[in-house]
Amino acid sequence: MNHNHPVFTDNDPQSELVTLNLGPTHPATHGVFQNVLQLDGERIVSGVSTIGYIHRAFEKIAEHRPFYQITPLTDRLNYCSSPINNMGWHMTVEKLLNIQMPKRVDYLRVIVMELSRIADHIICNTIIGQDTGATTTFLYLFQFREHIYEIFEEVCGARLTTNIGRIGGFERDFNDIAFAKINKFLKEFPAALKEFENLLTRNRIFIDRTAGVAEVTKETALEYSWTGPLLRATGVDYDVRVSDPYSSYQDFDFEVPVGTSGDIYDRYLVRNEEMWQSVRIIEQALEKLKSEEKGIFHADVPEFYLPPKQEVYNNMEALIYHFKIVMGEIDAPKAEVYHAVEGGNGELGFYLINDGGRTPYRLHFRRPSFINYQMFAPMSEGMLLSDAIINMSSMNIIAGELDA
Amino acid sequence: MEETTLNNTILAKLSEKFGEKVTAVAEPYGLLTFATTKDVIINVLSFLKNDLKFNFLTDITAVHYPGKDHGIAVVYHLHNMVEKVRIRVKVFISEQNPTIPTATTVWKGANWMERETYDLFGVKFEGHPDLRRILNMDDLGVHPMLKQYPLEDPNRVDKKDEFFGR
Repeated sequence: MNHNHPVFTDNDPQSELVTLNLGPTHPATHGVFQNVLQLDGERIVSGVSTIGYIHRAFEKIAEHRPFYQITPLTDRLNYCSSPINNMGWHMTVEKLLNIQMPKRVDYLRVIVMELSRIADHIICNTIIGQDTGATTTFLYLFQFREHIYEIFEEVCGARLTTNIGRIGGFERDFNDIAFAKINKFLKEFPAALKEFENLLTRNRIFIDRTAGVAEVTKETALEYSWTGPLLRATGVDYDVRVSDPYSSYQDFDFEVPVGTSGDIYDRYLVRNEEMWQSVRIIEQALEKLKSEEKGIFHADVPEFYLPPKQEVYNNMEALIYHFKIVMGEIDAPKAEVYHAVEGGNGELGFYLINDGGRTPYRLHFRRPSFINYQMFAPMSEGMLLSDAIINMSSMNIIAGELDA
Repeated sequence: MEETTLNNTILAKLSEKFGEKVTAVAEPYGLLTFATTKDVIINVLSFLKNDLKFNFLTDITAVHYPGKDHGIAVVYHLHNMVEKVRIRVKVFISEQNPTIPTATTVWKGANWMERETYDLFGVKFEGHPDLRRILNMDDLGVHPMLKQYPLEDPNRVDKKDEFFGR
């Protein structure tokens, strides 16, 4: 307990508790979250979280859709880093089908995934700044999310809900403008991130608001199945990219930052360092791409890879494969597969059971926001209301991923 | 290959401890999978957690296989972060009486995962501290992920598998 917090004594005249309905649409919570809090003055005595306000039954819908139509559903889980979800889903199906990706596709995917990780962390860290009263930092760094979205726009045509790539690769190669924009981003972003850190990391007000607030031990974090930056901030070096490498992450040289106390300040530091590491990974990926044969952007698996439209209309084989894929006529093994990727918020898992029909028999998303958020109410007890707000920001709970 | 050996060691220890309660062993895509029964599931999970170092509960969910004797499978995914190995445990329970002991006694994080499974499949986790619906509204009345509840108009036939040669 921080010493400059007021202490309420037993004979306090205002001993009656106040019930505060925080949410579902409260401007301070950045999303649809409802928490019914019992307050003693400004201190939270107990809280109950209610979720499900944007539950869209994705798991049920997925049981009625062929594989290629499920990609847009994954967009809408963590919509701050849609490409990671898309890639995770593609890789799950590719694992089921035993498709090996060419290295160039892996590296292109790594670029897209790391860009979206940066976008995700930009949102979270600037919002922590915003909620502690530092609007400047929010405005300075947030424009780089826009630059990342411009890169996505160049690669796939969409910005937020990207639907990027296909099962078996990408729908098109990165064009020269995309590479130019990535290079421009890599040139400008480090300076901005440095400026952002200069503004916040050693800022007395920011440290007072975040350090020592919402501390979590690694035992508690593991007990509650936390993953991602939240778990790493407590000191556990678990990162799916390292422990269970996918998409050739084993070829890259990067570090997994860990914190010590798991408080909001550590989470902020871990996310910042991850952005630096993501920049490193993208630079390495661009370097590796130089030695790869140009023009390869998908695996040679015509029976699973949706062919380009101009080929569909001009080429018999492409037309047949297009028809079979769209009709869900692909021969996928009858099996079950679990595949996990490191999303912006932690381990994003896909548990897919295929029974040979045109749609999955069962698809379950292991959504890190959902599992991380269950600790919010218990850990808020004894906290000041304003601390609980920045605690929620630092957990980076995305309503779409929370409710699926 | 190394993973397979590790899986064999794990399986040997499990079989030694639980004997014929460990059934339906498979290894799809290198992930050791087995089924057990609901009377020993908490012992199995505790054994995996404490003795075999599967310290991390990745996920709890369920699958509905209508028409079978034990039509609901509760699926646990566990993770041993030190040896980097995952394991999948299944428990098949009856559709008419879908009860299973809660895993919140082993991992506190099982709380919401079990609430979600209860909400979507109607699996009653006995001993759960707060078994309420979590994603759907309280008065929904059904457990919507069960296969008997159609997503679309049930009279619609153009999406039936038989029209796609299956």
